[in-house]
Amino acid sequence: MIINHPLLGPRDASEFTYLGDAALIERPDWQSETAQDEFHDYVYLRDNPAGTHRELWFHEQGDRSWLVVTRNTMTHEILATELARDVARKMGRGK
Amino acid sequence: MRYSALAILRQVLNGHRGWGPAWRDPEPQSDYDFIVIGGGGHGLATAYYLAKEHNAARVAVLEKGWIGGGNVGRNTTIIRANYLLDGNQPFYELSLKLWENLEQDLNYNAMVSQRGILNLCHTDSQRDAYRRRGNAMMFTDSGAELLDTDGVRAMYPFLNFDDARFPILGGLLHRRGGTARHDGVAWGYARAADQRGVDIIQNCEVTGFRIENGKVLGVETTRGYIGAKKVGVAVAGSSGRVMAHAGLRLPIESHVLQAFVSEGLKPVLDGVITYGAGHFYISQSDKGGLVFGGDIDGYNTYAQRGNLPVVEDVVEGGMSLMPMIGRTRLLRMWGGVMDMSMDGSPFIDHTGVDGLYFNGGWCYGGFKATPASGFCFAHLMATDRPHEVATAYRLDRFRTGRMIDERGAGAQPNLH
Ligand SMILES: Cc1cc2nc3c(=O)[nH]c(=O)nc-3n(C[C@H](O)[C@H](O)[C@H](O)COP(=O)(O)OP(=O)(O)OC[C@H]3O[C@@H](n4cnc5c(N)ncnc54)[C@H](O)[C@@H]3O)c2cc1C
Repeated sequence: MIINHPLLGPRDASEFTYLGDAALIERPDWQSETAQDEFHDYVYLRDNPAGTHRELWFHEQGDRSWLVVTRNTMTHEILATELARDVARKMGRGK
Repeated sequence: MRYSALAILRQVLNGHRGWGPAWRDPEPQSDYDFIVIGGGGHGLATAYYLAKEHNAARVAVLEKGWIGGGNVGRNTTIIRANYLLDGNQPFYELSLKLWENLEQDLNYNAMVSQRGILNLCHTDSQRDAYRRRGNAMMFTDSGAELLDTDGVRAMYPFLNFDDARFPILGGLLHRRGGTARHDGVAWGYARAADQRGVDIIQNCEVTGFRIENGKVLGVETTRGYIGAKKVGVAVAGSSGRVMAHAGLRLPIESHVLQAFVSEGLKPVLDGVITYGAGHFYISQSDKGGLVFGGDIDGYNTYAQRGNLPVVEDVVEGGMSLMPMIGRTRLLRMWGGVMDMSMDGSPFIDHTGVDGLYFNGGWCYGGFKATPASGFCFAHLMATDRPHEVATAYRLDRFRTGRMIDERGAGAQPNLH
């Protein structure tokens, strides 16, 4: 698989390590009343879809940035790549 | 027909014209007492033990493709009981005992071969860990021996003992472990289940559940609606997709594991060797092919194929352990989709929907579990209570803090 890095262009997937579903960006609020349930679901449960999946890849052997890669889990086709930083900002997280 | 030497002789005399199909190809009935979804090893074994141990009469296995076409026919066939943790080891020991008597029980040659598994160690700390594991294995009388370098050398003189990075310091030998014929296991269970009246229905994909007032009533399939008092799901890599029909999110990700077979060679390797440090394991099939593999690819996927970086990694591991394999040619390689769980251990449990049961999360190690998984899942479905060796395989164990993390890797499926 070739991941088209938004800053560095096409890079081989073997330069990256994989974390999982990009929903992990949305860490629950630890002060909420239902934090315990929310953290259980956040840490342990996954949608695990067959088809389009947004996921976190870390460019460990490169510029060490986190990417959100949109990929088809049936075909391995990569549909989009974004900097995770930009995605998080759009969601109102981070600085 | 019972298979025996006499049956073969009789068939020889009449020109092999009397062998019937090994199982029927029935039309689905309108309803059953038990439906098992998934005609892999686990689903077929579950149906067999429902009929045999619990006298269940109206049982069906629904398989979307053909039986044995999933991971049960794609794995590298290693069977073993060499776990560390309490929640696991007694379960796998039961499985090994069932393997030891499987062929007599099923009247089918599953080519179970207890040729021994050797886990190599390369550092003092790894040796300590294996000593501890070996002790845990002895609690269940599974058999474990710690070998030093000379002990390993006597068994496999051709290994690369003096690798600069990973010299071989010894290994943990589990003599009762070994291999079995993977799809033969599916066929053996299918035939034995069929003989006890189980309907094995192929080309029948489950597309939904009918659930009312928190109770399952039956399943929607590509061959129409089929009613059931109880439904068990054993679909391995498809667990997430199937359970989503019942509104469940699982602590599971689907990943691909690749396997490799070389051209047929004369016997060179009579046991199974694992080389954890190099992410490589190998055995030789009875046909002569070297069967080997390594790590999972490491990203979510439902494609039954992997990518080249892992191929390179596995082959490098092989070359560093057993340089002679560089002379052999690779014949085939393929991938299978596995249900990787959040702690690397499986589930055999209720689901919260009355009458709906779940079996999954087997990761890359569910083949060896096939007999015990079927045995314990049948027990749960028939009696509504977990079997005593499978009490830890709960779906809510992450909520209660009782995970079974052999690897100590945490909620990161691609690290288990
Ligand atoms: C390359 C590789 C090597 C492995 N090596 C080993 C090993 O050496 N030792 C070991 O112990 N384990 C090993 N495993 C793991 C082992 O193969 C699996 O854990 C085990 O086979 C899973 O259980 P199963 O046999 O029931 O799965 P499967 O055979 O995959 O059965 C699941 C069945 O469910 C069916 N299904 C899916 N969705 C539906 C639906 N909607 N309706 C109806 N049917 C459906 C599928 O078609 C499939 O036939 C390996 C796996 C792979 C991929």
